Amino acid sequence: MDYLVELAPYTGYVYPNETVIPWTVLIVVYPYLTGLVAGAFTVSSLFHAFGMQRFQPAARLALLTALCFMIFVPMPLLLHLGHPERAFNTVITPHWTSAIAVFGYVAGFYVILLILEIWFMYRPYMVQQAQQQRGLAGKLWHVLCLGSCDLSGKALRYDEKWIFALAVVGIPAAHGLHGYVGFLFGSLKSREWWSSDLMPVVFLFSAVISGVALLIVLYVLSCKVRKVAVDLQCLKGLAYVLWGFAMFTLVLEGLEFANIVYKGREGIEMILEYVTGPLLIPFFILQFSIGAVVPIALLSYLIWRGTTGTALIVGVTVSALLVLFQVWMMRWNVVIGGQEIAKTGKGLLSYQLVLLHREGLLTAVSVTVAPLLLLWATVRLFPPWTQDSIPSPSPPASAG
Amino acid sequence: MKRKKETISSLVARRRFLRKIGGAATCAGAVAAAGTLGVAQKVAAKSESTSGGGSFPTKDYDWTRHQWAFGVDATKCIGCLRCVEACKRENDVPGDAHHFRTWVERYVYLEGDRRARVDSQHDPVNIAASGSEREFRFANRYQGAKVEKAFFVPKLCNQCTHPACVQACPTGATFKTVDGVVLIDHQYCIGCQYCVQACPYGARFFRPQERVTDKCTWCYHRITKGLQPACVEVCPVGARVFGDRNDPQSPISLFIRNNRVQVLRPESGNAPNVFYVGIDKEVS
Repeated sequence: MDYLVELAPYTGYVYPNETVIPWTVLIVVYPYLTGLVAGAFTVSSLFHAFGMQRFQPAARLALLTALCFMIFVPMPLLLHLGHPERAFNTVITPHWTSAIAVFGYVAGFYVILLILEIWFMYRPYMVQQAQQQRGLAGKLWHVLCLGSCDLSGKALRYDEKWIFALAVVGIPAAHGLHGYVGFLFGSLKSREWWSSDLMPVVFLFSAVISGVALLIVLYVLSCKVRKVAVDLQCLKGLAYVLWGFAMFTLVLEGLEFANIVYKGREGIEMILEYVTGPLLIPFFILQFSIGAVVPIALLSYLIWRGTTGTALIVGVTVSALLVLFQVWMMRWNVVIGGQEIAKTGKGLLSYQLVLLHREGLLTAVSVTVAPLLLLWATVRLFPPWTQDSIPSPSPPASAG
Repeated sequence: MKRKKETISSLVARRRFLRKIGGAATCAGAVAAAGTLGVAQKVAAKSESTSGGGSFPTKDYDWTRHQWAFGVDATKCIGCLRCVEACKRENDVPGDAHHFRTWVERYVYLEGDRRARVDSQHDPVNIAASGSEREFRFANRYQGAKVEKAFFVPKLCNQCTHPACVQACPTGATFKTVDGVVLIDHQYCIGCQYCVQACPYGARFFRPQERVTDKCTWCYHRITKGLQPACVEVCPVGARVFGDRNDPQSPISLFIRNNRVQVLRPESGNAPNVFYVGIDKEVS
């Protein structure tokens, strides 16, 4: 039977119904993707809303990245649902006491916001394309302009105003979306591992670092592919953001764990048995040590030594890759870890990850990689690095 | 075999559908008049109005006149597991050792033990003893050991007054009835399993074939016809008690009045409606 792959071996005493793990690896992918979106958007907002010029080379790529990942955010949820064809029930008859009920609205709002911001940003480019290209392609570009072909200074300033406003509104939207994911877990009183007031904050900070890290990797990779020099000012700026937020994240995660241990409520013995047993490597070694401490140390060294050139690029990229790994492990340890500690407080389960299954590893990897393929196609259509050749909105003077 | 419950579900679904049509028509007008927020509130209200009906779901059954509750006298339970098997048959619960609407836990203290050894019928040792995942027995696994204390605890959905599962359900597919039972509309459940996560008692499970969540309903299709839940009906020792709290002479009213009862995990704030007698500190 299909569901048998979800059966979990266990030790101690677990409730009979707990032997089937409800949320699989796809629910690990879901907050991971959402976090990448929130983090990528943060970078774009640093330029568009806060006027930090050094982030300009990555700002457009950040926004496209956020959109491409956001489009795939509902995918792991839909694949997980027992009845995905009923998914819209949450939107047409939302039960407002449920955290999940707001997802459709927040996600929908955020996708529209991203599309709008990108449209305003690329409007001059689309107008140029509509004017330059002939035939069907030209017509399609013209359609994409929605009849707004004015490239006068006044029109461009109008675009800038909208981009600024959307970037500002997008900050609470993107972070609200991810804070909500943290709330989804933190608000459940049934699981001690999840039930924490710090959970939304931890999710938010880890989201920011994962998105920034992804952008570092994508930006460096894109420069290598295009055979252009990496803007070291931009890269170093991203490294600073990653460094600072990574330290906050580490402290918050440490505090959260300390809270659970210090409060020592019912079931703490089982939690301690879990973190010092099956979770020892995923939690302390992979997430905290290799994923968090090593990149923070590496970034600290790079910044302290004033490293530049290739060493900086390699160092920051390696740190970013490690942070991406850290956040993946954090999502895994929260989502799967929470379910491996039985609600009885008297037993531990062991989630079985299989390769080929509707909710298996292959599906999870595919859903995680798919946004990158979409991004690859999108940047070909809307090159984010052509800002020098077309009229580009500058950051607001007041904020700069 | 079609379950009687499905008849109830389809009635609920039909009623919901009609409401939705009405709701949709109302919404269409409201969009122009009241704006999106107003619509959202209106539709949300529609999703919660199920428990406002009169005679539901059985003809001549008035759910405003009952307040069902359940009692468990753990001192009487002999762990025969007839209740578990009866429940599986009555409610078409998947015939394996991983899906249960009700189960029985065994707590054993051997000589010198500070903590109880706990198992239930799904334990591989017990399954091996019964030789099947459809019939359940408690294996005589402590034969030869000196048992200081041992008892059985039947478990089932607590039909909480403040159910965490209803709070977590994003569509309102799971809802609290006026007569005190938490039900699931299987035609409306999206199968997200957030309710499974939210229940602190492990009472909910995911039906692998229908791909919706399920749980004990105190045999709602039976109690609304004046019958007892299947598990209560088959219990040979009267360890399970069921009745209407609105009737002071009902078995459950007498059970609660004549005993010092307790509930599971009161600290959760769920306010369960299954009342226990004779359980120990380690039962949760």
